[in-house]
Amino acid sequence: MGLVSAASPVEVEPTLTPDEITFLAKPWVTLVWDDPVNLMSYVSYVFQKYFGYDKAKAEKLMLEVHTEGKSVVSTGTREEMERDVQAMHEYGLWATMEKAS
Amino acid sequence: MSGFERHRRSGRVIATFSGFEADLLRSLASQMVELLRNERAEPAAPTGDTFDAMMAEFSGATTIPEDPVLARLFPTAYPDDEESAADFRRFTEGGLRDGKAAAAGAIIDTLEDAGLPPELTEDGLVIDVELTRGEAETWMRAFTDIRLALATRLGVEAGDEHYWHSLPDDDPRAQAHDIYEWVGYLQETVVEALTAG
Repeated sequence: MGLVSAASPVEVEPTLTPDEITFLAKPWVTLVWDDPVNLMSYVSYVFQKYFGYDKAKAEKLMLEVHTEGKSVVSTGTREEMERDVQAMHEYGLWATMEKAS
Repeated sequence: MSGFERHRRSGRVIATFSGFEADLLRSLASQMVELLRNERAEPAAPTGDTFDAMMAEFSGATTIPEDPVLARLFPTAYPDDEESAADFRRFTEGGLRDGKAAAAGAIIDTLEDAGLPPELTEDGLVIDVELTRGEAETWMRAFTDIRLALATRLGVEAGDEHYWHSLPDDDPRAQAHDIYEWVGYLQETVVEALTAG
């Protein structure tokens, strides 16, 4: 025994950033809900500005809010999600948090 | 009527308002400040629990505001957990109120610094506004709050533009809706100007 087999080439999911790769449980999520007031361009801007998401990801989330009525915009610890919800309220977005299902 | 644009050389976000438009924006921003300051976050009524009652004296609001505009500006963070929702509100609502009041106040200050007099009497007054990126973001957030307030009072719903445009021009609700759309236009142009930069 003790043989080390040659590492098989495991593809690292290229869409993950180092921040998203973690062993820790991320049991909470921040949800943003659709409302008839906030402009699509504004919501996308907020997602880019606050979360640092690129334009494509921000627009995908914004469209999800618009068409599905809500979207999970961030995942993390309870404390992190409370910060995110507070920031969304600062921007006038309707945000709530819950345990990830 | 024109919106904001990004000045190519300075990178500033700029707009030119008529005296009437600047006065209207100041009035909307003043109402927002008044709404946020007057109906203070009220501590929860004592529940009979001595410790809770005592804590309520020292801390912020724990229950959702009665005014539907404030309820929309400060939504419940935990829809299915009353206790956590109350804690979240206690620790965040005061600061959020102050931030929103400061943003609306920044609009008033900038317009007055740019030459808007306390009482608008002069015809043909023009107010030029030049904002840094940070200031433009503050205006953008304040525009959101003003639009949320107008929309909540009017009962704006998704896809109801036709209804509002069918109201007679002299209907005060139609006029309020026109103002709501105008602030939306201003906000859209701020977002565009910030994105272009």
